[in-house]
Amino acid sequence: MMIPWSGLILGLLFGLILEGAGFGDPGCLTAQLRFTNWAVFKVMFTAIVVSGILLYASRALGLIHLSDIFVPSVYFWGTLLGGVGVGIGMAVGGYCPGTSAVAMASGRLDGLVFLLGIGGGTLAFNGVYPAIKSWVYAQTGPNALTVPQLLHVSPWVVLVALTAILVAISWLVDHRGKRPTTGAMSALVSAPVNSIQPEH
Amino acid sequence: MRATNPRPRWNPYLSGIALGLVLFSTFFVSGHGLGVTGATTSMTAVSVASLVPHAFGPHDYLAAYARAGLNSWIVWEVVGVVIGALAGSLIGRRFGAQIDGPPQVRSYGRLGLAALGGAASGFGARMAMGCTSGMGLSGSAPLAAAGFLFLIGFFAAGVGFGTLFKPLWKRRSLS
Repeated sequence: MMIPWSGLILGLLFGLILEGAGFGDPGCLTAQLRFTNWAVFKVMFTAIVVSGILLYASRALGLIHLSDIFVPSVYFWGTLLGGVGVGIGMAVGGYCPGTSAVAMASGRLDGLVFLLGIGGGTLAFNGVYPAIKSWVYAQTGPNALTVPQLLHVSPWVVLVALTAILVAISWLVDHRGKRPTTGAMSALVSAPVNSIQPEH
Repeated sequence: MRATNPRPRWNPYLSGIALGLVLFSTFFVSGHGLGVTGATTSMTAVSVASLVPHAFGPHDYLAAYARAGLNSWIVWEVVGVVIGALAGSLIGRRFGAQIDGPPQVRSYGRLGLAALGGAASGFGARMAMGCTSGMGLSGSAPLAAAGFLFLIGFFAAGVGFGTLFKPLWKRRSLS
């Protein structure tokens, strides 16, 4: 049996990072949905911006062609309502598919049960697939539609805008509750940026 | 049993940069991004087909997954995710056999919510042809409109239902 080593190694790094960032913890993940912890936004948005810049820089240098990498097409209702389903899944169950695997691997029984639930949801989809496939998988727009194509702008405009959104929101959430007039001492003793706020 | 004396979590920005580098490397090496539900779909199809022969007819969604088997890039990638998360939680002294979740829900209720949430997630990921990793992250990195559309649905529904479930996350009083 040929083992695709790149999958195993890149997956290992993926799992290591998700666990290190605290994404095996359902409290950390769902705190983003209640806006009491911004780690999910920071990690995901930073990863999208970094890999996006590297992908388009590699394309500009001729190292890769966008047609050689997988860019998903829009299936409006399937893509949007699928996101809704995964969002509900996180609010109700505490995880998304990848983070439930991380939770299970770090000792959480509820992570394993969430994974079994994914199997159940997959079978339910298989059951209703003939009835819904015509509208769920109806493609909207051209193949592999990108945001720069949709907005008729350069990908760099989109990447700069995303970076600006990341920096602005991160700055706001990292500085909220810190009064500008309290001076250096209180800044030194204030809570670390990454701490989870207590919930009441 | 929760982990005692765990090491602190990683800085979220450094985690994001590391994840971005791994995601870019994945695109560079394999031509596609990181995913998870491709593997859970294969595992569901193969395990059901082996327990119930002829479970899937030729027109079933899962028939092709059952035929393709488990020796695929994405399944090995998810095996890697599990190994990496196990190693990270052991090295970070964060590993702990436990039922984790909202403090206001006891064990069986929590496992019920996890199963329900998993089912919504599994169904949604098939509708979207990818989950938070495979569509939200790996779709948005090459700036695919689909990736961002997925994330809009994900966060809107997550925040809506997250607000609904907020009382469950109140800390239990010590008394």
